[in-house]
Amino acid sequence: MFRRLKEYQFLLEELTKRDFRKKYKRTVLGVFWSVLSPLLTLFVMKLVFTNFFGRNTEFYTTYLFAGNLIFSYFRESTTLGMSALMNNADIFSKINIPKYMFVLSSNVSSLINFMVTLVVFFVFAAIDGITFSWRFLVLIYPTVCLLIFNVGVGLILSAMYVFFRDTQYLYSVFTLLLMYMSAIFYQVTSFPVNVQRLFLLNPVYVFIKYFRVIVIDGNIPSIAFNLLPLFWAAAAMLIGGLIYKKNNQRFMYYV
Amino acid sequence: MSDQVILSVDHVSIMYKVGDFKDIGLKEFVMRKLTHTYMSREFWAVNDVTFQLEKGDMLGIIGSNGAGKSTLLKAISNVMVPTKGRVKANGKVVALLELASGFDGELTVQENAYLRGAMLGYTRAFMDQKYDEIIAFAELQEFQDRPFRQLSSGMKSRIAFSIASLVQPDILILDEVLSVGDGAFKVKSEAKMREIIQNGATTILVSHSLDQIQQLCNKVLWMETGKLIEFGETEGICKNYIKFLSTKQNIQRQKQ
Repeated sequence: MFRRLKEYQFLLEELTKRDFRKKYKRTVLGVFWSVLSPLLTLFVMKLVFTNFFGRNTEFYTTYLFAGNLIFSYFRESTTLGMSALMNNADIFSKINIPKYMFVLSSNVSSLINFMVTLVVFFVFAAIDGITFSWRFLVLIYPTVCLLIFNVGVGLILSAMYVFFRDTQYLYSVFTLLLMYMSAIFYQVTSFPVNVQRLFLLNPVYVFIKYFRVIVIDGNIPSIAFNLLPLFWAAAAMLIGGLIYKKNNQRFMYYV
Repeated sequence: MSDQVILSVDHVSIMYKVGDFKDIGLKEFVMRKLTHTYMSREFWAVNDVTFQLEKGDMLGIIGSNGAGKSTLLKAISNVMVPTKGRVKANGKVVALLELASGFDGELTVQENAYLRGAMLGYTRAFMDQKYDEIIAFAELQEFQDRPFRQLSSGMKSRIAFSIASLVQPDILILDEVLSVGDGAFKVKSEAKMREIIQNGATTILVSHSLDQIQQLCNKVLWMETGKLIEFGETEGICKNYIKFLSTKQNIQRQKQ
């Protein structure tokens, strides 16, 4: 597996470069858009929701930003991943290269965006009065899990998109609903305990909560909670991988 | 299989489904499933084709449009796995299929060259070393930093050919590419291809120019509607093919 990655490293680099250049071609602000758009969302949410939800929430700006940060990374990378295969049909129907490379490369460019936004997040957290500690280093763990999870979901969606073009419309509705269910701007504590547990079935919420526990509460999550990101990452990657293994040769017939 | 056999195509069939859910969308698919009117037709683009090539052979593939030639080449170049049967190639296959496609119009010529090189499995070091050679061969020195979409289609084919012909393959597949570029480049590309062939590559050539095939090839494979009609020595099959074409024309004329 790693030897194969090494073999295709050059291809991955070139594909990522291409994705990046295409995304920001002829834009004045370039990469800053990827920081600006979550910031604008944050600004509007802060403006609108502070009155409703912000009064009882400590560090509400950081609370909102953590939610937006994770959710927009998830949405961007999976949406790009979904179309990655289809957009490159021209290439893989002429040249024999591993098809998952397209999903990987689109994920690399989303990851870079996420990293840039993450830095801004820490700046905002500092302004918001959050005390920084060594615990922040633990964030590497959920970030890696989230990356794997996003790649897995991207693989699943990109395969579905090849077979059913309806997938893109369904998915945009789905992400909208998911956003409201991810406790981005409200607290789950206002729900009964049983309902609160149901939130853990939402992987995006799990990642958001992980970030909040570390940054806002200043705690390390319990061992049981630590298993959740790993579980979601493994599940998505396993399903995505199996779908690709099974359908790798069938994609050709559908593009 | 003897040592000499470099490519063996064994009862290869390739089927496309027509009218299944990829054409009609999810809603229509569910509706038709529910009303039991869902149907998909099978279309055999390549139907039970078998042949073998030995080292140094030069094969020409002929047949009408839609005979399944390009699909067969996709199976040989391993882009597509056949529905039935199998293809076994001993050695490195380089396929020059529809050269100018798969480039990105927004990237510069240089970026596209590197991207294509990466796709063909070259290393970065190799590309760094060969890049000047590629650009010089394609005669695109002045266009290096231009967006790819500004190139003419001849220029696109030229750069594609220059990149793909860098390495010495064991099997070289050419799909209508001998007509790349203008007169001067054509001479150069033909010379380059001859060099590859003389270095011992087994070559497969699809062309509608019978003259070209008679000149170059020692074997011919004739396909119609996915089926193999004849495979063997060039001369006899070309004669039969010409006869077939003229009867077809006669029938069409009579219909009119």
